[in-house]
Amino acid sequence: MNLKSISSSLFAGIILLACSGTFSTIAVAAGAQKESACTPRELPAIPERKWSFQGIFGHYDHDSALRGFEVYKGVCASCHSLNLFAFRNLAALGATEEEIKGVAQEFEVPAAPNDDGEIVARKALPSDHFPKPYPNLKAAAAANGGAIPPDLSLIVKARADLEAHVPKILGGYMTPPAGCDIPEGRYYNAYFPGYQISMAPPLLADAVTYNDGTPATVEQMTVDINNFLAFVAEPKLEERKQTGLKVLIFLIILTVLLYLAKREVWRKVH
Amino acid sequence: MSSPEFSNPIVRWIEYRLPVFSMLHHEMHEYPTPRNLNYMWNFGSLAGFMLVVMIVSGIVLSMNYTAHVDYAFASVERIMRDVDYGWLVRYIHMNGASFFFIVVYIHIFRGLYYGSYKAPRELLWILGVVILLLMMATAFMGYVLPWGQMSFWGATVITNLFSAIPLIGENIVTWLWGGFTVDNPTLNRFFSLHFLLPFVIAGVVILHIAALHQHGSNNPLGIDIKNKGDTLPFHPYYTVKDLFGVGLLLTIFMAVVSYAPNYMGHPDNYVEANPLVTPAHIVPEWYFLPFYAILRAVPDKLGGVIAMFAAIAVLFVLPWLDRSPIRSAKFRPVYFVLFWVLLADCILLGFCGANPAEGIWVVLSRIGTVYYFAHFIILLPLLSLYERPIDLPLSISNPSPSGSNA
Repeated sequence: MNLKSISSSLFAGIILLACSGTFSTIAVAAGAQKESACTPRELPAIPERKWSFQGIFGHYDHDSALRGFEVYKGVCASCHSLNLFAFRNLAALGATEEEIKGVAQEFEVPAAPNDDGEIVARKALPSDHFPKPYPNLKAAAAANGGAIPPDLSLIVKARADLEAHVPKILGGYMTPPAGCDIPEGRYYNAYFPGYQISMAPPLLADAVTYNDGTPATVEQMTVDINNFLAFVAEPKLEERKQTGLKVLIFLIILTVLLYLAKREVWRKVH
Repeated sequence: MSSPEFSNPIVRWIEYRLPVFSMLHHEMHEYPTPRNLNYMWNFGSLAGFMLVVMIVSGIVLSMNYTAHVDYAFASVERIMRDVDYGWLVRYIHMNGASFFFIVVYIHIFRGLYYGSYKAPRELLWILGVVILLLMMATAFMGYVLPWGQMSFWGATVITNLFSAIPLIGENIVTWLWGGFTVDNPTLNRFFSLHFLLPFVIAGVVILHIAALHQHGSNNPLGIDIKNKGDTLPFHPYYTVKDLFGVGLLLTIFMAVVSYAPNYMGHPDNYVEANPLVTPAHIVPEWYFLPFYAILRAVPDKLGGVIAMFAAIAVLFVLPWLDRSPIRSAKFRPVYFVLFWVLLADCILLGFCGANPAEGIWVVLSRIGTVYYFAHFIILLPLLSLYERPIDLPLSISNPSPSGSNA
């Protein structure tokens, strides 16, 4: 009787939980695009990748993410801002204080007004956020044929395909199907909504030179940038999963003890 | 009720001036609780627990949150990144809302199944529906605060519903917004109300418990307590059982917070609000989806708004729509079936609400909506007249059939 009621309430709860999740998943799936001349006949294959940050023991591949920062700095940063990222955040990926200072010094940021009230540039400090490529959104649009390159700080969490999104966009460039006209300044991308993207294929082999000597193939850079952007989107993921494991072990023991206490108290009644 | 004698002189001193100890003694040791409550009766205390979780985590969040259209999004991300354990508090609050609704929905369906809304517990039930309404308002306004795309567009869609009111609709919407669009004044007042309403909920919860303790809990058999053998003192029997329930809930809750904190959220809300870009699909949080489906099922805007509010309003009058004197569905063979059909109907409406209002989903939403109202307004009153209940047991402690139906 007891176990039956526990299981029935658990069952009800899990159904509700599952529904709550599937409701949203289904809504996302319904966002599929209408057929048009530009609908790709065949999608470019994106390799199934297992990301180190997935799963209960998930953690970031620090070396890969640090290389991904090189890719961001060398390629993406010319158009995409990363507003929520400060140089000091690299410490969580194992970069030393000296390395972080060194990286920050490559950049200039506006200083606080001096005694004459003028704002001059100063070298960036670890506490500074990564400088924006454009002073404002209008400038960003003007430089990119009207399209505003999105900020990449949360891109891995802000798209329905999550950690698959960036690799899909990076690997989605292809020749448009016959009958699909792509205007000047646009590129055909099979994974981009509407298939017309204003970003030129950004990754070319050896676009960056990795400090650790890893060959900068397109595949390698795709993995590295995605590891880095996943880290920027959810910098506390490792802490969350590690804390969560301890919390769960504690809660499971506590709950078992509470169940035994309950059974002991109720023994006389049943 | 005889006051217990306390031996501790400090307790006696306080008790003489403020009788809290005799009150506690009364509620814990003398308050009779049916001995046959199953685990479905855990969800009331779990709902109270979630309210506390939400208030505590919410107060901590509010210390680090900035209610301004230019800073709200960044301030939430600052909580996620730079505030000590901010990510934990924020994910607890965010998922806590979903868990609060899961627990409360199970609590409500338990009430429906066992007829807990029937005499003499009508006011208890009505206060519960008031809490549900307040929860919905609070959750809706809370979802606006991170100022993501779904926050902004959800707020726009829902506040715009009031424009369907004839003559004064537009004025009401302007008044709600504090301007001519969802903007900073809207965010500010939503923050203020989102902070206030949980305490109003806490107040109504006190009334809900006061009403509960007037006649005590209903029970799975739905029959009244006949003698002392039918009951157990609340403490230690139900305190320990409720604590076990809290342990179980916390385990599931923390598993979701730790490993799938964004599972029930929407990716679009990690994009900062932009009044110039409308998301492809504006979808409310999952716990509103059945109501959203009812709203969209009616082809007329005003009609949809009325239907949506009526879906909750009908619960207020439920004790007078279901006239059957038998409470528990265990002894009502037809109602038993209708209960499960209604639950399935609500889940169907949830899926309808999650999908774009086109094609088969429109048809399903309409069928689901019509059935939802038919259940309460047509089927239940008819059932009260024609259903032949199964014999009720003599008493909680003596399960042999009484040979009578009432």
